[in-house]
Amino acid sequence: MPIVYRNKMNRIQKKLQEEGKILSIYFTAGYPALNDTVKIIENLEKCGVGMIEIGLPFSDPLADGPTIQASSTQALKNGMTSEILFDQLKAIRKTVSLPLLIMGYFNPIYQFGVEAFCKKCQEIGIDGLIIPDLPVDVYLDTYQSIFHKYGLINIFLITPQTSEERIRFIDKVSNGFIYMVSSASVTGTKEGFGATQEAYFERIHALALKNPQIVGFGISNAETFQQATKLAKGAIIGSAVIKHLTAHGIEKLDQFVQEIIG
Amino acid sequence: MEKEPITSSAHPKGRPLFKTKKGQTRSQYQADERGYYGEFGGAFIPEMLYPNTEELRQNYITIMEEPSFKKEFDQLLRDYVGRPTPLYYANRLSQKYKVKIYLKREDLCHTGAHKVNNTIGQILMAKKLGKTRIIAETGAGQHGVATATVCALMGMECVVYMGEIDIARQAPNVARMKMLGATVRPALSGSKTLKDATNEAIRDWINNPVDTHYIIGSVVGPHPYPDMVARFQSVISEEIKWQLKEKEGRENPDYVVACVGGGSNAAGAYYHFLDQPEVGIIAVEAAGKGIDTGKSAATSALGKVGIIHGSKTLLMQTTDGQITEPYSISAGLDYPGVGPMHAHLFTSGRGEFISITDDDAMTAGLMVSQLEGIIPAIESSHAFAILEYRKFKKDDIVVINLSGRGDKDLQTYINYFKL
Ligand SMILES: Cc1ncc(COP(=O)(O)O)c(C=O)c1O
Repeated sequence: MPIVYRNKMNRIQKKLQEEGKILSIYFTAGYPALNDTVKIIENLEKCGVGMIEIGLPFSDPLADGPTIQASSTQALKNGMTSEILFDQLKAIRKTVSLPLLIMGYFNPIYQFGVEAFCKKCQEIGIDGLIIPDLPVDVYLDTYQSIFHKYGLINIFLITPQTSEERIRFIDKVSNGFIYMVSSASVTGTKEGFGATQEAYFERIHALALKNPQIVGFGISNAETFQQATKLAKGAIIGSAVIKHLTAHGIEKLDQFVQEIIG
Repeated sequence: MEKEPITSSAHPKGRPLFKTKKGQTRSQYQADERGYYGEFGGAFIPEMLYPNTEELRQNYITIMEEPSFKKEFDQLLRDYVGRPTPLYYANRLSQKYKVKIYLKREDLCHTGAHKVNNTIGQILMAKKLGKTRIIAETGAGQHGVATATVCALMGMECVVYMGEIDIARQAPNVARMKMLGATVRPALSGSKTLKDATNEAIRDWINNPVDTHYIIGSVVGPHPYPDMVARFQSVISEEIKWQLKEKEGRENPDYVVACVGGGSNAAGAYYHFLDQPEVGIIAVEAAGKGIDTGKSAATSALGKVGIIHGSKTLLMQTTDGQITEPYSISAGLDYPGVGPMHAHLFTSGRGEFISITDDDAMTAGLMVSQLEGIIPAIESSHAFAILEYRKFKKDDIVVINLSGRGDKDLQTYINYFKL
């Protein structure tokens, strides 16, 4: 077991303090094949990615578009469960030092037991969670103390429709980065960014928030990555990665990453 | 604890429907400010939906209490939907089961079911909020038809999501929606049925946060939907009260019986009786082929607490928290969850929950057709089927909510009975 340095800076926080922009990659655990999870993470670390979001598949992923939903359905068919994912990841810190987050919907985590889930995350060396359908108020009322106990950072989302008041509130309760959803959309929808997004990126930048922002949704190539990270600290690519995995398999992931960060 | 009834005197003229002024004691069976019924309810939604539901949450009670809103809602319910629907004393049925049975005739509503009470309310709400586009989900197509109908009435764009599998098995309702000018979009994801149609509608709402209102078809979804839909449907029990007073000299029956899919017709039928402990509340769920067969939709028996479509409630799921596909011969009861109000009625013991198999429901549907000359929707047939099992006292007054008529189900009845 690697030593977990609690109370020290979490890997996510450390990463955010480094120079340069962060490319964060999302993939669905258990896709294309059940046991690809560790190979994908190791490949991503080798090719210069900054952060990884491991998608815990869910039968009803409300905030996701067809690509991630289809990969989730397949992953579940392949037999993926929370239990199996934790088992696959149990030795991940022997080979991987990047910040790792689990992104999943609340119901599977709730069924596992929120505290048991967080405890597992800490044992394995997961640094943070993104749970799109766990609202901020419920988190604060019920779960924040558990996340803190296990050294986990919870990531909240903002969208172009989020009011400034609420953004400032979310900034206050965040202690990692803010996940900035690029447009009013589910994942994988938009083709490129227009003037509306640019204005939104500038508006958020001008708020001078305490947490850096990482942009997600609608980023698929070098151009959109550049646009998204002109002002923000980093960007997350999900659907485009899944499409690439579907078309080219897990061995060619480095090509995909090279095209984006050169 | 002393509890004030939410509505004390419901009668045909004044409609004291929306009394939730500050300071008033709230029923323990109604949603609280944050949309909780006991431990159930709330709004477990991604941040992308927050502005949409928040706009609704901040405005829905105020809008429902505006005199101009109430006036238009009442007028449409009367002149367009055909309310009040009769409370009919079912003589032959009463004789057969040796108890006084009244039927609340929601089957006589325009479009053939209670669903339209809610869609009328919500389209007026959407107009007040300045929305120009309507989306909805549908399983059997009843709610889709009721939504397409009010959109035609108001001249609004209407998109209805429906699982690809349901589109194939509910062709007449798909045709009705098209005839009414709606666009029917197939839900191709997941299991391609109601729960996936609901996911697709929610995704559409995420993608169109400004101009679009989502008309949910039952007392499900994130706060404020369960409460808002229950309030729109509460006209059912409001009418029962004064109708029963006229017929029996008392407002409260001994029992109110309703089938529960998501739970909207039941919520409407129970609403004004929730705080009257002398009124027994009976909820009838679809057991499908039987509770232990793996082909069932009896959520109270098979569900566990979890999150579905933005609400904490009872739902059918795997031990790993994946939502499973329910089964019932009745498409309207084929939902893996149940509204948070009903989850609370169940766990608090206020409601009595009974599940009825396909076979028993079909048999009851045929029986009611031939005893009373009323062909019930298969959903409603589930409610009648309890009469074979649940014994009542001779003088008990039992109101059964006849949520819809069986026209849409003729093919299923014909196939089943080889008519
Ligand atoms: C006639 C009828 N009854 C009942 C239902 C079930 O819905 P709910 O439980 O919301 O009343 C439906 C749904 O389509 C229906 O058409």
